[in-house]
Amino acid sequence: MKTSEDFQAAAEEKRIYDAGIEEGAKKLTPEKIRSVFNELMQTEGGARLEAYTKACVHCGLCSDACHHYLSNDRDPRFSPAGKVKQTIIEIVSRKGKVDADFMKRACEIAFTECNLCRRCMIYCPFGIDVAYLMLFVRRACHQLGVVPQYIQDTAHSHAATYNQMWVRDDEWIDTLQWQEDEARDEIPDLRIPIEKEGADIFYSVIGPEPKFRAQLIYQMAVIMHAAGVDWTMPASQGWDNSDMCMYTGDSEMTARLKKIHFEAALRLKTKRIVMGECGHAFRSVYDVGNRLLGWKMPPLQMIHAISFYSEIIEQGRLKIAEKFDRPVTFHDPCNIVRGRGLHETARYVINQVCTTFIELEPNREHNYCCGAGGGVINCGPPFKNKRVQSNRVKADQLAAAKKKGAEVVIAPCHNCHGGLEDIIRHYELGLELKFLGDILYECIQKE
Amino acid sequence: MQQRESWDWTAGTREIGDFGAWRTTYGYMEEPHVSEDGEKIAAIVRAEEEAYTVCVNGRPWENTFDKVWYLRFTPDHRPVALVSDTAMWTVAIDGTSWQNWYEFVWNTRFANTASHVTIAAQKELRYFVVTDDTPWQNEFFSLNHLIVSPDGRNAAAVVQNTTFPEADIGKFQEGCFTVAVNGEAWPEQYVNAWELDFSGDGRHVAAEIRTSLYDYTIAVDGKTWKKRFPCVWAPRFHPADNSVTAPVKIPGGWSLARNEEIIWNRGYKQLWHHMYSPDGSHIAAVAAPEFGKWTIVEDDRAWQARFNEVVTDAVYSPDGNRIACLGKSNEKWYIAVDDRIWDVALDMAWQPVFSPDGSHVAAMAEKNGSYTIIIDGKPIGQEFTAAWQPVFSPDGTRILVKGVLPEDQGGKYCRQVLEVERVAS
Repeated sequence: MKTSEDFQAAAEEKRIYDAGIEEGAKKLTPEKIRSVFNELMQTEGGARLEAYTKACVHCGLCSDACHHYLSNDRDPRFSPAGKVKQTIIEIVSRKGKVDADFMKRACEIAFTECNLCRRCMIYCPFGIDVAYLMLFVRRACHQLGVVPQYIQDTAHSHAATYNQMWVRDDEWIDTLQWQEDEARDEIPDLRIPIEKEGADIFYSVIGPEPKFRAQLIYQMAVIMHAAGVDWTMPASQGWDNSDMCMYTGDSEMTARLKKIHFEAALRLKTKRIVMGECGHAFRSVYDVGNRLLGWKMPPLQMIHAISFYSEIIEQGRLKIAEKFDRPVTFHDPCNIVRGRGLHETARYVINQVCTTFIELEPNREHNYCCGAGGGVINCGPPFKNKRVQSNRVKADQLAAAKKKGAEVVIAPCHNCHGGLEDIIRHYELGLELKFLGDILYECIQKE
Repeated sequence: MQQRESWDWTAGTREIGDFGAWRTTYGYMEEPHVSEDGEKIAAIVRAEEEAYTVCVNGRPWENTFDKVWYLRFTPDHRPVALVSDTAMWTVAIDGTSWQNWYEFVWNTRFANTASHVTIAAQKELRYFVVTDDTPWQNEFFSLNHLIVSPDGRNAAAVVQNTTFPEADIGKFQEGCFTVAVNGEAWPEQYVNAWELDFSGDGRHVAAEIRTSLYDYTIAVDGKTWKKRFPCVWAPRFHPADNSVTAPVKIPGGWSLARNEEIIWNRGYKQLWHHMYSPDGSHIAAVAAPEFGKWTIVEDDRAWQARFNEVVTDAVYSPDGNRIACLGKSNEKWYIAVDDRIWDVALDMAWQPVFSPDGSHVAAMAEKNGSYTIIIDGKPIGQEFTAAWQPVFSPDGTRILVKGVLPEDQGGKYCRQVLEVERVAS
């Protein structure tokens, strides 16, 4: 059995250099750290922070809920309570009197050792939201200027372009027109309606779609066409519903991003927003950003693509020509399943479109996170190996489904795709990864 | 510019361009657009395989293009679209292309009452603005948030004037963005700049900026307010004295600042989209006095009316004595005027329009898939399958309604001039 010294030595060996953390920490002073934490604890922490930090009795029930803990040989420092104890509890008890080295470690824990997946919260007897506590640490890291380089760069992209991939305004429109052209080779009258005022649906996507996965826009256009949906996408900023600022702790930018997103939909006089297959963006639009702006709920009805697919299938608007005949399994994304309860909706769609469905175990709200969520994958190359090794339990889960016959993993979330791709490759699982839209596009009657 | 007085204000209904017939002529046609005076209806159509054009009142432009998008009408009623041939783009007005072509053009901008046309353009990955076929002298690494002055002669945009390597977060935070006015960049650079505003005379520009990741403020003609705030929203110029106001975040909420000093006493959960009455004597804004409850605030006094989802499209009457807006509660849209909510629940509504003397208000609305016009709270009784913003006559006695009649009434596009007193009473 490993001792705490063994774990400590292993941690030292794995210490990762990140320019954002290291350079940011050089500018810290004890006074600045104390001042930022005390200010945040008074203005933003309040009763919620106090209740969570005081309620934890270190019972350890959260430990087995955490894929980091399970994948790191049950190293207690990776347990949710352990991460809380190493960061915010220490900061609160010391009234912010911590040093730059402490902040470097706290930053690494909060940004790369917790996916904010909230699995532990459902096992905690007190319902302590560890994701909230880690986000509080991240908020302080933002205020202190100690944030991993790559996710900070993504936050900069959001601020400069209102999208997360440095996509310029013209590149966005050009991509839509390019995908429309491509799709017209298949369906001559297909249209990606740009700036169509008064359309029923405002369809929004995340930055990586025009940048790396433009075929998803093509596929959704075909689905919309087949279902006879009156839809549009904006030529203006506000097309990107994603939000890495929510994960860097830049709440002001999160609010700004959601404002422009909702206002694009309102300007075009659309009745509701359908979001592409992304989890964190859903969390930002449906739960976090809207409330930062003073909206109790989104100002327009907004639904995730899963709900949209379910709706148009149920209404008979989308016909399945031939079911997908390879055995599939389904990864429940944290933000739309634990966060929104779309697990049965997703299963309805899968069962309508696929012949053989094999459940991952555990599943639904008990599913393990992909390991990429919460902005962890956005912390970039320095943390990639750590991220993949920190989710061995996911590989085991996928391998078990493969053993039962699964060939394809469906994951209706971009970050999940990023994380699962890395896991499938690293652990040589030989599984294929798809969005639900990939399968729908393949199986529906297109004309 | 053709003055509104010279439009056809003869009461009655007139069909335009036999829309019902020509929309079946083309195998592919996009949604139509209508000129403000209602005399023209136009749509992007496919003229032949792989060739697109614009059909206006049933007559296609002589020229066809590989692509056509963003068809609109200028304030002087000319159809304008962005067009492409052999992978190069420009503007076509009334079917005639500008002489200069670019790798991409977008963001068509008009002044409300002027004939100038402005676009953003990109060539060889350099970004600039073009007004009436004349490009800016200077080009930038990126460009967005384009606006034009009230007379349409001046343009301003947020530009990136300094390049930085990928993922160089330090360089970014030094400030690489600024504002360019008619191609001339302000010397000061910011971490970010967002929404801009021109003064009424077009001589000054204000910008919403961030000087570090944490410090937000306003810059006017390149000079930054000394005070910093945790957040700000779009600035506006006073129409008479050119002072600048902006919603700013303060401890406990949002308030309004003029030239960096807080001028309202109350704090709001949210405060944005502020606007001046035409003479500048009043300021109104959309606000949430409490979390999740939205209304209009004028001169720091909130209406009694509350909406639980959103308030948008606020507008002052020309005399500055009245305010109208749209509000949404429980998934239905409503029109509100002077703190009174009209008793008509709608699926969608458009910005209300005041008569010149402010005595009447009209709004376009959609309900159960049909469009209509509501005047002073009362629908006009005619439904359309598509409709456009109504316009009051200069004397306010008549209103121009533009819409496509339902199929069972012929499916034609028509302009109707109605007697306001008759439909509003």
